[in-house]
Amino acid sequence: MRKALSVVGQVVLYALFALTIGVFSYHPRYRHLPPEQALLKLSFSHPGQLVAQCRRRTPEELAALPPNMRNPMDCPRERSPVTVQLALDGSVLARREIPPAGLSRDGPSTVYARFPVPAGSHRLSVQLNDSVREPALNYTRDEDLDIRPGQIVVVDFNPERGGIVIQ
Amino acid sequence: MGAHSVNGHAAAPGQRPESLHAVAQDWMQRLEESFDVWFGATANPWRHLGALGFLFFWLIAATGMYLYAFFDTSVQGAYASVQYMTQQQWWLGGLMRSLHRYASDAFMLVIVLHLLRELIYRRYFGFRWFTWVTGVPLLWLALFAGIGGFWLVWDELAQFSAVATLEWFDWLNAFGEPLARNFLYSDSVDDRFFSLLVFLHIGLPLFLLLGMWVHIQRLTRPDTRPALKLGWGATLALLALSLVHPVESHAPANLAQVPQALAFDWFYLAPNALVYVWSPATVWLFAGGVTLLLLVCPLLPHPRPAPVAQVDPANCNGCARCFADCPYAAVTMAPHPDKRLGARIAVVEPSLCASCGICAGACPSSTPFRSIAELVSGIDMPQLPIGQLRSRLKAQLARLKGEVRIVVFGCDEGADVRALQAADTAAVSLLCAGQLPPAFVEYALRSGAQGVLIAACPDGGCEYRLGTRLTLERMQGVREPHLRRTVAPAEWRLVPAGRHDLARLRQELDAFRVALRARTRPARDLARQEAADA
Repeated sequence: MRKALSVVGQVVLYALFALTIGVFSYHPRYRHLPPEQALLKLSFSHPGQLVAQCRRRTPEELAALPPNMRNPMDCPRERSPVTVQLALDGSVLARREIPPAGLSRDGPSTVYARFPVPAGSHRLSVQLNDSVREPALNYTRDEDLDIRPGQIVVVDFNPERGGIVIQ
Repeated sequence: MGAHSVNGHAAAPGQRPESLHAVAQDWMQRLEESFDVWFGATANPWRHLGALGFLFFWLIAATGMYLYAFFDTSVQGAYASVQYMTQQQWWLGGLMRSLHRYASDAFMLVIVLHLLRELIYRRYFGFRWFTWVTGVPLLWLALFAGIGGFWLVWDELAQFSAVATLEWFDWLNAFGEPLARNFLYSDSVDDRFFSLLVFLHIGLPLFLLLGMWVHIQRLTRPDTRPALKLGWGATLALLALSLVHPVESHAPANLAQVPQALAFDWFYLAPNALVYVWSPATVWLFAGGVTLLLLVCPLLPHPRPAPVAQVDPANCNGCARCFADCPYAAVTMAPHPDKRLGARIAVVEPSLCASCGICAGACPSSTPFRSIAELVSGIDMPQLPIGQLRSRLKAQLARLKGEVRIVVFGCDEGADVRALQAADTAAVSLLCAGQLPPAFVEYALRSGAQGVLIAACPDGGCEYRLGTRLTLERMQGVREPHLRRTVAPAEWRLVPAGRHDLARLRQELDAFRVALRARTRPARDLARQEAADA
């Protein structure tokens, strides 16, 4: 009798173990975004323009350099930070100045940011500047979007594809 | 035994626990002892969480090998191949998939419980620091090995986990480009990604296995194989779950769409959800903080270490029994400085010694029958030397009266046997049941006791891991030093008794007394008859 009870107890406890695994393997369900929301992702990796133009060295400057380093052109390595502004229906979602990567600030400016937005019709305005020598935001794009619930809209930047990309 | 022993055990029954920590220990012990009722100590899952971890690891490895044979490492093929196994080949492939997933969940559950249990028992400082510190990183390895497995399915859950994990890592700003950019567009993911994932999903568990091996390096006879009953019980429970609730995939991953309500595996993916509930920085702070706290546990204030075992060169004959029995490999053998060439001597590494006295119990010179003025053992515990143990036993035996006289040997970490002391019962508490040389049992019987009861901690519940098992093996004559065969099996009993098992131990003692009385009466009646006849 005692052995039978012990077996029953073990079966119950093993069932509880399996139940614990089964339950927390699925529940509670996780909803990443509320049903009526969508996601706007701003992401690019773009090297800004050089902070200054290349210039030709003077003969005096060249003479002052060691013979093996007498490159007639002096090109600075540092790149401009990239400034981007994202606005939805006229209100600014984000404005960021993204510094170039690297100790010499000669790498690309990279960004990855996410903004939950309500689904529906919106006007998305993206402005971007990638040169300190340009006073204004030199790339702009406005687009009317009809965003479905749960849709992911990506804002990228690719000069080869015409600059600002909304996909 | 004080309210707080050297190794930080909870207060003894009847005494007031002195801290939250002691209360937690008390509850943990009660929980384990309550499971003993159903499973027995040998198959009690709480007492063998580490062994269960190993079992689940091998189960994951075996099922994973099968799944790998059918898995297609391409963007188009990954989801389809998993679906094929789940639906067309549900009777084996689906079963393997479910078992693989549930065993992984069980693995995470038991290793976290294992860590909590050891934390509650304060098994992280002194001689245990290495085992503790090498165990902590295993949690991270297990977590990432598991998360990678979810990605391989490449369904909505995989998509969410991949993006969430990489967004979490991107906060560190340690990579040239944000890693999450790799999942920006549907065409960002290519076949090579799945080859890399498979490589990681096999490589990380191999590192995990290596880590598990390192983790148990300082343990003699580590508990890596659960009892057959426990192993089968746990495996069948997972198999039943796999049959009742087979694992299914979500819809295929679509990087243009946020996955909706997900059936979420909280054992592995909780950090993914927390990244959005809190923030990536907070999750790093929390996870890093907890890890750091666990790693520095050995440096936190803790009770002073007890005196370690000491070797007496004159009495050590180099038999290496202490070397074989030390649960923490604290004893090594070296050339004997005073004896002939080739003779060896035991050497104790103080930083590894648990002060359990199991070595003293193993020493052949720890016999109370030796007729030297002062009984000195080859290896001994300064806090309770064998000579002192013999004196205590002698004093107890001298005062015993009654028809059936019993000596009870107990363990400082288990049930407090001193509460059983009575006119016909002697009680001697040791540092660990394993400190008892079997010759002491024979000595007690020859000195007037009719029976000897050894109260040892339940299997898996021994503070020093092997005390109960080694004592039983010595008493059964399968391990040296063994109990001489002149002692009848009916004259001794080994009773597993945890800290809260005193009432049950008392019952066992009464039952033993009844059995001994039944055994001694016929002999006594015969003697009386012979006397009357004469």
